[in-house]
Amino acid sequence: MPKLKINGIEVEVEKGTTVLEAARFLGLPIPTLCHDDGLTPYGACRLCLVEVFNSRGSRLVSACTLEAEEGLVVETHSARVERARKLILEMYVATSPQSKTIQDLASRYGVRECRLEAKNKDCIECGLCVRICEQQMMAGAIGFAGRGLHRRVACAFNITSPLCRQCGTCLYICPVCEQRCHGSAAETTLCNGCVNFATVCFQSYDNAMCFLDPCHACELAGPFRKDVPIKLQAETSAKS
Amino acid sequence: MPKLHSVRELEEVRTECLKQSKTSKPCLTVCAGSGCQAAGALDVLKGLRVALERAGMQDAVDVKSTGCHGFCEKGPLMIVWPEGTFYNRVTQRDAKDIVASATNGRKPVERLLYKDPTTGERVVREDEVPFYARQQRVLFGNNGRIDPKNIEDYFRVGGYQTLATVLLLKTPEDVIQEIKRSGLRGRGGAGFPTGVKWEVCRANPAQPKYIICNADEGDPGAFMDRSLLEGNPHSVLEGMIIGAFAMGANEGYIYVRAEYPLAVEHLRVAIRQAEEYGLLGQDILGSGTNFKIKLVQGAGAFVCGEETALIASIEGRVGEPHPRPPYPAQKGLRGKPTVINNVKTWASVPQIINRGADWYAAIGTARSKGTMVFSLVGKINNTGLVEVPMGITLREMIYEIGGGIPKGKKLKAVQIGGPSGGCLPASLIDLPIDYEALTQAGSMMGSGGMVVMDEDTCMVDLARYFMEFLEEESCGKCFPCREGTQRLREILARICAGKGKEEDLPVLEEMSWMIKETSLCGLGQTAPNPVLTTLRYFRDEYETHIRERRCPAKVCRELIAYEIEPTLCDGCHACVQVCTTDAILGEKKKVHTIDSGKCIKCGACLEVCQPKAVLVT
Repeated sequence: MPKLKINGIEVEVEKGTTVLEAARFLGLPIPTLCHDDGLTPYGACRLCLVEVFNSRGSRLVSACTLEAEEGLVVETHSARVERARKLILEMYVATSPQSKTIQDLASRYGVRECRLEAKNKDCIECGLCVRICEQQMMAGAIGFAGRGLHRRVACAFNITSPLCRQCGTCLYICPVCEQRCHGSAAETTLCNGCVNFATVCFQSYDNAMCFLDPCHACELAGPFRKDVPIKLQAETSAKS
Repeated sequence: MPKLHSVRELEEVRTECLKQSKTSKPCLTVCAGSGCQAAGALDVLKGLRVALERAGMQDAVDVKSTGCHGFCEKGPLMIVWPEGTFYNRVTQRDAKDIVASATNGRKPVERLLYKDPTTGERVVREDEVPFYARQQRVLFGNNGRIDPKNIEDYFRVGGYQTLATVLLLKTPEDVIQEIKRSGLRGRGGAGFPTGVKWEVCRANPAQPKYIICNADEGDPGAFMDRSLLEGNPHSVLEGMIIGAFAMGANEGYIYVRAEYPLAVEHLRVAIRQAEEYGLLGQDILGSGTNFKIKLVQGAGAFVCGEETALIASIEGRVGEPHPRPPYPAQKGLRGKPTVINNVKTWASVPQIINRGADWYAAIGTARSKGTMVFSLVGKINNTGLVEVPMGITLREMIYEIGGGIPKGKKLKAVQIGGPSGGCLPASLIDLPIDYEALTQAGSMMGSGGMVVMDEDTCMVDLARYFMEFLEEESCGKCFPCREGTQRLREILARICAGKGKEEDLPVLEEMSWMIKETSLCGLGQTAPNPVLTTLRYFRDEYETHIRERRCPAKVCRELIAYEIEPTLCDGCHACVQVCTTDAILGEKKKVHTIDSGKCIKCGACLEVCQPKAVLVT
């Protein structure tokens, strides 16, 4: 049973446990887009990066693929991790602004501006659909084709595979091809709707929003949230 | 061929080989590396054979094709032994004269000797050529001497002697300690201590173990691994067998690019010959060590040079990397402990064991030991492969070995370490080259590609070019590398097109930082280096593009215009004839003008204009 230290908390876990599982066990939220408990770790979305310290310094490692080891020292929300995460999320929002999952994560991790051009891509190639089709549905009807910017999820030879039972699991697990929440007046690249609405029940963590998952603020606040500008909200929440 | 069962039998074969070559027959060796072959080395070989036959001397003179000498700029190269006369830029027509000089008077053919550009004097021997004088050719030394397709030639220069010593006298621990003490670091670019890697693999109780030779050399302009495999494949095999003995591996792979047909062919021959002599296979030289090597050809992906992607490719999966840890030495090929080393690392192993760790550790700097092979390309007089001790300065590399910049132009920057290396400015010319110094300067050792650039290079355009390459070659698995390289390229293309914004620079910097920090494998973690280093050392050039909409090096097409200086134009009509878009107006003998609306800025008129009347503004 390896013993490791996450954010200063010592925790003993079973051998084979990943750092992501250990952190979640402690109640520390680590955002992910390509991870699912029932699927093999993939390490492609790079959101679950944590800072791992050793004698020579530290580096960022994806928590979903990092196995807990004796004496491992990990920080899940250090300044370096937060900065990297914020920048990745800025790029995610610019790539697929239509996804509610991504918009929520962006709000929560403090993305307040998007300096990149919006692209509205339907796929972030997290590989969830490919893995669930193969590992849970035992079909393997879809896979990745192409390389680099030409990489995409596809059936072999672009013909619907006879292995596909049209079960729809790939749609169910996709974090991108769902609609973003409604309510904002104009569809901007970055929604940040949740940020404009802060109630007493929501705590803030430095610059980031609370860790409630999923973030219900948008649904709850609906049309009101544009009434209160971000700055004013910050003041009121500070007072309360 | 007899199968060798003991070290003594190997020595007997070696003595026999040496006896055969002890005759005083002259030998004409022609470099038949890819570079010289492209320049016509095969024709030279044919010419020499024909000339010898005509002279009736075919039995009195040997003709041999060897591996790359490194001085590819002057190819085809050849050497006449035993004198060691070095000829460059040889053609088929010179064959007669060479044969005549080799057989009769033995006076060298004056016009084919290398001419020192500074003194203007002809140089007879290879080691007197300034290009070679500063080098220390530990790995490449035998390239020009042996026929890579002939294992006996390798025996003659002491080949497989080190292996015999290791099998006979040393324990695996001895070998690993020796490698550790030598300070050898991975020559693939990352510079991880080889001995430590071996030790981790040896200590791993899992069986079987694998060793892999990474010969997937993908960097544009880098060709040292290819030259070594083409010219001296047995040195790599010998290193791998020693490594296998040290780590207890029974199976090895050489992963070589399919784009290197000559290297593949020579490797095939070398493996077959080594197997026939019993140097590969069961019970090597009666020591009880079993080891076999399989050749795997890559399918054209740059990313497969990354070790985890390479393993995936050998296993038959898509060549995509997976996160480390676990490292291959813990869990590699088929989940078993695997050591992957670069071609040059493996080839260094016999040299280190043979001459001792202290000898090797004495070469180089405090933390980077031994020699490093660079491919010196770009705007430089002496293009070619250069093997130098670590710690040599860029100034020595460029001006003493490289012979300076052509046409007397000024050095602007040097790109070291391939597409994801960094651009170092001319002000860092006295930087000693080792792993640490390069990393600190924002570049990296990489595979050892060294592209020299003069003042005609636009650094923004250069960064854009490299991002274009990396965008295509990123495997696309992880988001920061796939999307990030695209975004960087888009922003750079915009700046090159004169549509840059002041806010672009901090975005470039922040996104580059993020890609470097968060990418899954080495490709992404180094991909932003060209952007970061050009921003660090040539920020003013970016600012000129953005603020003044001007390209100082006059490269970016959208920011330049072609004009004809009326006072210089003699109305020769040459430019009108080459212009594909009819953008040049004017009658013969009268001053021409360029219609900027039609001009596509291809530069064809600039090249043909004799009075230099075409100006770029």
